[in-house]
Amino acid sequence: MSLNTPKEIGGIQFGLMDPETYRDMSATKVITADTYDDDGYPIDMGLMDPRLGVIDPGLECRTCGQHSGSCNGHFGHIELAAPVIHVGFTKLIRRLLRSTCRECGRIALTAEEKAQFQENLQRAIDLDEDENDVLKAAVRQARKASQCPHCGAKQHDIKHEKPTTYYEVQDVLAGDYSERVAEAMQPDPDDSEDEGTSPQALADETGIELDRINDILSAEFRPTTEARKSLEKALGVDLTEEDMNKLMPSDIRDWFEDIPDEDIEVLGIDPGRSRPEWMILTVLPVPPVTARPSITLDNGQRSEDDLTHKLVDIIRINQRFMENREAGAPQLIIEDLWELLQYHVTTFVDNEISGTPPARHRSGRPLKTLSQRLKGKEGRFRGSLSGKRVNFSARTVISPDPTLSLNEVGVPERVAREMTQTLNVTERNLETAQQYVSNGPEGHPGANYVRRPDGRRLKVTEKNCEELATKIEAGWEVNRHLVDGDIVIFNRQPSLHRMSIMAHEVVVMPYKTFRLNTTVCPPYNADFDGDEMNMHALQNEEARAEARVLMRVQEQILSPRFGENIIGAIQDHISGTYLLTHENPRFTETQALDLLRATSVDELPDPDGEEDGKPFWTGRTVFSELLPDDLTLSFTSSTGDAVTIEDGQLVEGTIDEDAVGAFGGEIVDTITKVYSKTRARVFVNEVASLAMRAIMHFGFSLGIDDESIPDEANEMVDEAITNAHERIQELITTYEADELDSLPGRTVDETLEMKIMQTLGKARDSAGEIAEDHFADDNPAVIMARSGARGSMLNLTQMAGCVGQQAVRGERINRGYEDRTLSHYKPNDLSAEAHGFVENSYRGGLTPREFFFHAMGGREGLVDTAVRTSKSGYLQRRLINALSELEAQYDGTVRDTSDTIVQFEYGEDGTSPVKVSSSEEHGIDVDNIVDRVLESEFENETEKERFLGREEPPTNLSEYAGPGLNKAQGTGVQSDD
Amino acid sequence: MTEYEHVDEDVRAITEDSELPQRLREQVYETVDDRGGVTAEQADEIVQAVESRYLDTRVDPLDPVGTVSAQSIGEPGTQMTMNTFHYAGVAEIDVTQGLPRLIELVDARKTPDTPMMTVHLEDEYAVDRERAHEVVWSIEATKILALGDVSTNVADMLVQIDLNEGTLLERWPTIDDVEEIAARIAETIEDALGVETRRTGTVIEFGPSEPSYRELLQLVEELREVVFKGIEDISRVVIRKEQLDDGEEEFVLYTEGSAFGDVLEIEGVDASRTTCNNIHEIYRNLGVEAAREAIINETMDTLEEQGLDDVNVRHLMLVSDIMTNRGTIESIGRHGISGSKESVLARAAFEVTVNHLLDAAIHGERDRLDGVIENVIVGKPVSIGTGDVDLRMGSFSPTQPSD
Repeated sequence: MSLNTPKEIGGIQFGLMDPETYRDMSATKVITADTYDDDGYPIDMGLMDPRLGVIDPGLECRTCGQHSGSCNGHFGHIELAAPVIHVGFTKLIRRLLRSTCRECGRIALTAEEKAQFQENLQRAIDLDEDENDVLKAAVRQARKASQCPHCGAKQHDIKHEKPTTYYEVQDVLAGDYSERVAEAMQPDPDDSEDEGTSPQALADETGIELDRINDILSAEFRPTTEARKSLEKALGVDLTEEDMNKLMPSDIRDWFEDIPDEDIEVLGIDPGRSRPEWMILTVLPVPPVTARPSITLDNGQRSEDDLTHKLVDIIRINQRFMENREAGAPQLIIEDLWELLQYHVTTFVDNEISGTPPARHRSGRPLKTLSQRLKGKEGRFRGSLSGKRVNFSARTVISPDPTLSLNEVGVPERVAREMTQTLNVTERNLETAQQYVSNGPEGHPGANYVRRPDGRRLKVTEKNCEELATKIEAGWEVNRHLVDGDIVIFNRQPSLHRMSIMAHEVVVMPYKTFRLNTTVCPPYNADFDGDEMNMHALQNEEARAEARVLMRVQEQILSPRFGENIIGAIQDHISGTYLLTHENPRFTETQALDLLRATSVDELPDPDGEEDGKPFWTGRTVFSELLPDDLTLSFTSSTGDAVTIEDGQLVEGTIDEDAVGAFGGEIVDTITKVYSKTRARVFVNEVASLAMRAIMHFGFSLGIDDESIPDEANEMVDEAITNAHERIQELITTYEADELDSLPGRTVDETLEMKIMQTLGKARDSAGEIAEDHFADDNPAVIMARSGARGSMLNLTQMAGCVGQQAVRGERINRGYEDRTLSHYKPNDLSAEAHGFVENSYRGGLTPREFFFHAMGGREGLVDTAVRTSKSGYLQRRLINALSELEAQYDGTVRDTSDTIVQFEYGEDGTSPVKVSSSEEHGIDVDNIVDRVLESEFENETEKERFLGREEPPTNLSEYAGPGLNKAQGTGVQSDD
Repeated sequence: MTEYEHVDEDVRAITEDSELPQRLREQVYETVDDRGGVTAEQADEIVQAVESRYLDTRVDPLDPVGTVSAQSIGEPGTQMTMNTFHYAGVAEIDVTQGLPRLIELVDARKTPDTPMMTVHLEDEYAVDRERAHEVVWSIEATKILALGDVSTNVADMLVQIDLNEGTLLERWPTIDDVEEIAARIAETIEDALGVETRRTGTVIEFGPSEPSYRELLQLVEELREVVFKGIEDISRVVIRKEQLDDGEEEFVLYTEGSAFGDVLEIEGVDASRTTCNNIHEIYRNLGVEAAREAIINETMDTLEEQGLDDVNVRHLMLVSDIMTNRGTIESIGRHGISGSKESVLARAAFEVTVNHLLDAAIHGERDRLDGVIENVIVGKPVSIGTGDVDLRMGSFSPTQPSD
């Protein structure tokens, strides 16, 4: 086996290509427009010539001898019968025509001007400014010259007719010059004193002989330029007309060939790489067949690629052009063909040129030519180069599994059998490797392929697996199935932040969905209503190591957006901990052990007391079992009470969203920052387990009756709403009596609307308050709202009290019919119900009109979301594109990849947004540290060393490894470590 | 440096010798002082513990802070509202908020959708409502409709303005004579419309030079647009009493429309606190550093308004810093930072792919493949984060030939 040194792309040089280079690199000249002959073989010197590469399997490339797959294809070329313009450069061609001399090709700038612009250009490049400004200024200056400063030739204006036609505009003597002169000599009919000009007088004034004047008047002599000018001056007429002299591409090419290298530099063209005449094509490169493969349809017919179609057109016209020219066809026909050839080459390059009808397929679909292949989201750059399709990936529906750790993902066996990991066989893992192979591709954990040391890859099949297993020895590679403990990358789109892609450890499971711990829903923003997620199996050791150290879920507990935990308890977990701790219920030994049985706690602490002769444990004591022993913390819960944790014991307070929730639960946040991420992972896992046990212990359900309020409360709500109606009626009466005082800066109408809105808002609030007062504290909806598990008090009051005012564009509903919202109302009815006030509750049910207004408000919300997602998606793409290059450096600065300093110290103080909450300045509790040092209560030297930061705790890399956390050995966390 | 009773030389020396920033050192001194002093050994341990935690909170070298910031601003964008509704309150100015405002800022638009200024006042102007109003009148554009009634006398081909004396005295607080004010107004009209005016007391009359019904109406239309006092761009000023941090109250003006440079000149305006929501105006009047600060404040305010106050300012700083990195305000996107990148491939991959490639050919550009996007495209490891370090491991001893 030959040793190929791996090559690396060091840079990419852009430039124009010399036609000679085309010819040199071309594998063949293409002259036939046909592709395949009747037998289905590619025609020689045709568009599918086998020298251009092969696409059919089994055939051999006639240029490099390789087969399809390994041969990248080779360019061919078409000799164009006449030069044509490359559409991409039309603007530059115009610029060059305008700024260079038509005779000598030199740029129409004096030596000093040229030097000046050259200097400006260099400075713009040095200062990293936009060079285009300088270039444009140079062209503007050069265009001003009416005479070439070098050869003195007169310069004409250039007119550009899009896309590819150029004219030289000259002022020439008009065809009807004699009439114009004669007319000007006539006396002015409005002016009686004007007697006109006699030929003699004209002759005197212009200094032209009288005979000549007469000749001119009889159109027998065309005046010379000087004569014309003096005539024009004498008579005050314009004797010229614009003459458009079309510049053929060949003319332009000749013109450009004369431009010297040093002159085009001023125009920003690199003469070493690109010559202006190369913008006019004389040879057209034919892309290799591999870039335009034909596909065989089911009926055996071949369907050609769009590019091939376009090339066929070009060759046809090219041939007709040549034939006609050789046959000596009239100039007009030649020009027509030339234009046609130009059209085909233009659309071959870009089929979306404005002003040019796009070339179409037989079906009427516009062809996708070169530019269209590169452009846009699905184009080569964004669709094939920046993002690629990959192997070893899987996608399926997700479903919850509270028994998994948050670091894990349940992978269906079927997926595990497809995704493989390469196992390098050594003496020590020989037996395992053999076991994998002998299990075959169908068994799990089996293997799909093996690779012999000589590089040969063998497929493991049901038939050969036993035999292959015996052959395996050290040095082979086995592509084994995914097994428990492997690391994979897991992702849910849209990937809005880095926590949308995290690494999980595999747990192979039956059935067909990916399984997730519910606590990782917030970072992925996932739910289980049919969401699908993607999984990627990593293929080399470096990637696996990086994924473990940097990307594992536990490493991502803290969000860099706000510097607090984004992983934590959600929904029922929070209801569970609330029920467990809010009223501090008592549990018997059995009950307490049952609550903790899904955690690693297997021993109860001392009971909190005795009741009826039996010991009991309180909910807070049970919860405290999960806390680190030396945790001391106090904060206010979202329920509103003060939570105090002393030395790992929850002394008082309710554990709810603010304590253990995702998005900044205090306890989770503190454990992650002060203890370790591993400890936080264990804590979150166990809180979730305990909470599920707790909520199951108490039972938790929500029915329609939970939103009903007593009759007297309903009456009070009705009364509040009636009051509001009355007040609004008063407002309307004052308004109609023209007695309403407008608020400063508002019109009377606006004032009325505002006041009505305020009154209705108050009415809804008071209805809500009434409803709230009548809910029991143990109402499940209230528990959810108070603990922060799900829903809000507003949702509740809408269900039980009154839905309230519906709004469209921030106002009451005002649209619909003329002067009214619905035909059910009188015109100009200003009352609440006519403008979308829903006085019923969701539970009570909406009237048809209320329902309609509610749907109007709801529709607006939906439209808003749809618009918002696309807008914010683009914003994010732009932000990421602009900032992606920035990186913190070892010296603390932030620089981009070309080493430009953007910040001298990241965020002005170098504080990481991940490790310090955005609401804190530095997050170091000096007080606490001093206390610990002074008290000097360390269990052993290691703990002290760690506390002082002299020693780092070992890095945890797996659920299956790490001190005190070894899942494989079943020891779990020692909660009293 | 503050003196602490219980902090001795040793403690000071140990602390000063550490890598801690000044604010943490002070905190250490304070805490130690509270505890009534510590031994040198204890101090050493305290400082070590604090220092290790401090170093823990530093950004990691090679952290891709740019991408993280972009994500941290972009991700909450999905949670922001699209439409901007008016406030229900009275003395409020409508301003664009939410996602449209954020996009506007990042785009670095020349003029925002709803230009606005917050004008702080100094000295007695800030506490005296009358004086504050003086400033209001010199800022707010006063049009004729605010000064009196305009009527058209079609029979005599005349426009009649009946000025309200009270308003005149209020808006021209420095002049006591109504006649004089009226005369000034008449003068302004003559200058602006090019007509002759007649004035009797506070009634001003004028008409078109030649009787023409159309011209008469035209004059009325033009008259409505004439600015008699204040700054033309500012259509409305709202005055609000606000509480300062120290508990005192002061008047703050909010304006609809902005003319930052002009307002700073007006007497009574506290230029040090007055701001404007047009970052370009701030850039023109106060320079690029102020513009950077303005972008941070405006983005932060926009996010806070939407209840996303938890976004770390450092992310916004980074965005602001890259927008102002070259000394002027550059937008984020095709016409700004992304469009002026050095790499051809990076530009081509963002927007207007084909043009960038053609231009690159003409200029003979060379892509050195330094950046992130280019390396993704050519399939090399990116030079950021873990891709920015080279690790070499000697798995073979040099004498042993590798196969």
